[in-house]
Amino acid sequence: MSKQAKHYFKSPLREKKNDMTTISSPAKPASSQRTIILVALSGIVWVAAYNLIQPLANWISYSALRLPQDSHLGESLAFFLYDVPKILLLLSGMIFIISIIRSFFSPERTRALLGGKREGVANIFAAMLGIVTPFCSCSAVPLFIGFVESGIPLGVTFSFLIAAPTINEVAVIMLLGLFGWKVAALYVTSGLVIAIVAGIVIGRLKMERFVEDFVWQIKSGAGQVLDEKLTWNNRIERAWDSVKEIVGKVWLYVIIGIAVGAGIHGYVPESALASIMGKQAWWSVPAAVLLGIPLYSNAAGIIPIVSALMEKGASLGTVLAFMMAVVGLSLPEAVILRRVLKLPLLVTFFAVIAVAIIFIGYFFNLIL
Amino acid sequence: MLTIKVLGSGCANCKRVEQLVHKVVDSMSLEAKVIKVTDYKDIMAYNILSTPGLVINEKVVSTGRIPTEAEITTFFASALEIA
Repeated sequence: MSKQAKHYFKSPLREKKNDMTTISSPAKPASSQRTIILVALSGIVWVAAYNLIQPLANWISYSALRLPQDSHLGESLAFFLYDVPKILLLLSGMIFIISIIRSFFSPERTRALLGGKREGVANIFAAMLGIVTPFCSCSAVPLFIGFVESGIPLGVTFSFLIAAPTINEVAVIMLLGLFGWKVAALYVTSGLVIAIVAGIVIGRLKMERFVEDFVWQIKSGAGQVLDEKLTWNNRIERAWDSVKEIVGKVWLYVIIGIAVGAGIHGYVPESALASIMGKQAWWSVPAAVLLGIPLYSNAAGIIPIVSALMEKGASLGTVLAFMMAVVGLSLPEAVILRRVLKLPLLVTFFAVIAVAIIFIGYFFNLIL
Repeated sequence: MLTIKVLGSGCANCKRVEQLVHKVVDSMSLEAKVIKVTDYKDIMAYNILSTPGLVINEKVVSTGRIPTEAEITTFFASALEIA
């Protein structure tokens, strides 16, 4: 689609219906330069803002409001005023970049890449492609059917279906902003390992008969798979749309989560939580996983709270297990997948992920 | 006349696409039949992997996202041109 055609159709349409033919005439991308300049300018503003928020937060808390440096209120407020804009800036900037990267991938391309690879190798590929392929859990069913029907093994399909939602961009970016890159990297690696191992385990269990029968009867149409040719302009526009969509969806949770976190940061005494969320409490990992299940999809609100809890003595393994359970064990996704999976397979799917997450939690508590 | 199908099991994004389609059909004052396809068997006949899908005269034009009004307008216009 040409840029010119688009602008053409923004004008009142009724009168123009008769000379529709003009839109097919080749048009040069007049606004692509403008887009590039706009992106560059946004980048500069972003960097400036990112560097300004720390001094600004301190100035408001300690100079403008004259709160004493070591007061609970002053500390909480400075923490809040710094973290909210920082996380929102990080989310906007990184989701933009991630969306640009994702515009080079599609579920159709992923399926083509996975076809013909042997199990094991294919599980690793599927988990890694789960990170970069644009995916929404509402599409889990068509994706599942399309993968299985094209001959991709069940276990490989599951590796993808576990990695895609678990290694979720919002969760990873917030971990990066609040815990640093090491914890974010640990989270991504753990997510990959869980997706690969759980997929291989489910593959070995030979549970094909627990896939709903209609799935095996579906024959995909011979229709050509949609393969869009995107210009840079399209990619940038779409990336900007997903920034608006995702940040629009999570900003309130981010603010509430950071507010609660800031309260904990300022008011809860050090190591108050060591006895219940520390390494010594063996039951804390499974408890954290159980607690995480009903909190699905709220990673944005939960991560800041968890980050504050960690300062007060909660251990990293427990915290990571909790967060993976929040993002990876989602009840709505289970409900959606029930359409294509019979109960024994659905339960196995959940149980294998839960066990893997608990194992990861203990592992990090042990080595760190 | 255009036959427009919105493929999707009723998720929020699918409903949004349907709304947009109706809006553009109205604003272009098109003669069009808009059909919602919610059964997975029928959806998969179009060989798509992500919903919502938009099909015009049996041709898939968009999957897995909400196209903008301007894009939908262009889809319709080029479908009219072919027809």
